[in-house]
Amino acid sequence: MVQLTLPKNSKVGKGKEWPKPDGATNTRAFRIYRYSPEEDGPPRWDTYHVDMDRCGPMVLDVLIWIKNNVDPTLAFRRSCREGVCGSCAMTIGGRNTIACTKGWDEVAGKTITIAPLPHLPVVKDLIPDLTNFYAQHAYVQPYLKTDTPEPEKEWRQSEEQRNELNGLYECILCACCSTSCPSYWWNGDKYLGPAALLQAYRWLIDSRDEATGERLDDLEDPFKLYRCHTIMNCAQVCPKGLNPAKAIAKVKHMMVERVA
Amino acid sequence: MAGSEWSDPRPMSPHLQIWKWHWTMAASIFHRVTGVGNYLGALLISVWVVSLAAGPQAYGVVQTVMLSAVGQILLFFWLTSLLFHFANGIRHMLWDGPKAGFDPKVASAWSIFNFAFAIVAAATIWSLATNLI
Repeated sequence: MVQLTLPKNSKVGKGKEWPKPDGATNTRAFRIYRYSPEEDGPPRWDTYHVDMDRCGPMVLDVLIWIKNNVDPTLAFRRSCREGVCGSCAMTIGGRNTIACTKGWDEVAGKTITIAPLPHLPVVKDLIPDLTNFYAQHAYVQPYLKTDTPEPEKEWRQSEEQRNELNGLYECILCACCSTSCPSYWWNGDKYLGPAALLQAYRWLIDSRDEATGERLDDLEDPFKLYRCHTIMNCAQVCPKGLNPAKAIAKVKHMMVERVA
Repeated sequence: MAGSEWSDPRPMSPHLQIWKWHWTMAASIFHRVTGVGNYLGALLISVWVVSLAAGPQAYGVVQTVMLSAVGQILLFFWLTSLLFHFANGIRHMLWDGPKAGFDPKVASAWSIFNFAFAIVAAATIWSLATNLI
């Protein structure tokens, strides 16, 4: 359902402006989305001033600095801090990315706005509920499916066949792409979204997989696959430089090819 | 377009409110807007043709409207709309056929080109057409 504005309970109010750190000469303002289920009331924008001389280079460093020095109640997910786990995905300066590989000097503007991934239920602060996103991933059955008996040693694949998986297998499931997609915003309950579809293609194109027809059947309806309108936000924001839009185009091509 | 179905007690995180637009995103929504615009323009032309068949009086009325400032602006918008939809439509064919132009940088540049093409081509055709009359 297309709804351009936020629902009533989701309007973000003006929050607190936290004091500037003592003795800091080089500060930058960060406007961060705050919501806590324990406190009654709508979400709000809190502003923090960060001492950039005492903070690491990445946006994740900024968040950790705030949590350590200003406000320990600020909640966000993070784990590997090197772009592998996909936990710290959020909207930074109006674009989805992972905070650990995004340098704060790469974000333009005097104040940097940080919000949870768009158009999702917020659990707390920068933590969105990704239940639906994971369910969609499970739906495409992201594992090898075969009918022939398992070979004694291994499923063999030529170098060329293996190369087909490049640009697909690297997905870290951060959800930056799916939650950047307006089509996913409006129809996220029925449209699988770029991440799940890239994953679907990763198994469709795998030379060892024997469930191609079945997999295509599972995508054949007006919403699951065909809600991609090549808006391209997915490829624009992917922190791993992958291209879900292209993968989706290739799935559509496979759909046409099998009836042709 | 309204219809608030959000029944979750938790807030929905902001989307359009905070998003920094990409050129590709703008081109996509304009493709749809110009698609609707093209239909409306076609309707305008149908009215013109029907009035021509209906006789000099009806044609005179429509002609007056078309040649008024508002009519001329609408016609120019329609021309721009057609040209943008045409250019972006070719891109859609190249996306779906040979799968060309999916690189984000290429796609962004191409979107900017489509906007520029629509405006420049519309202005060129307009000035040629008005000079001929």
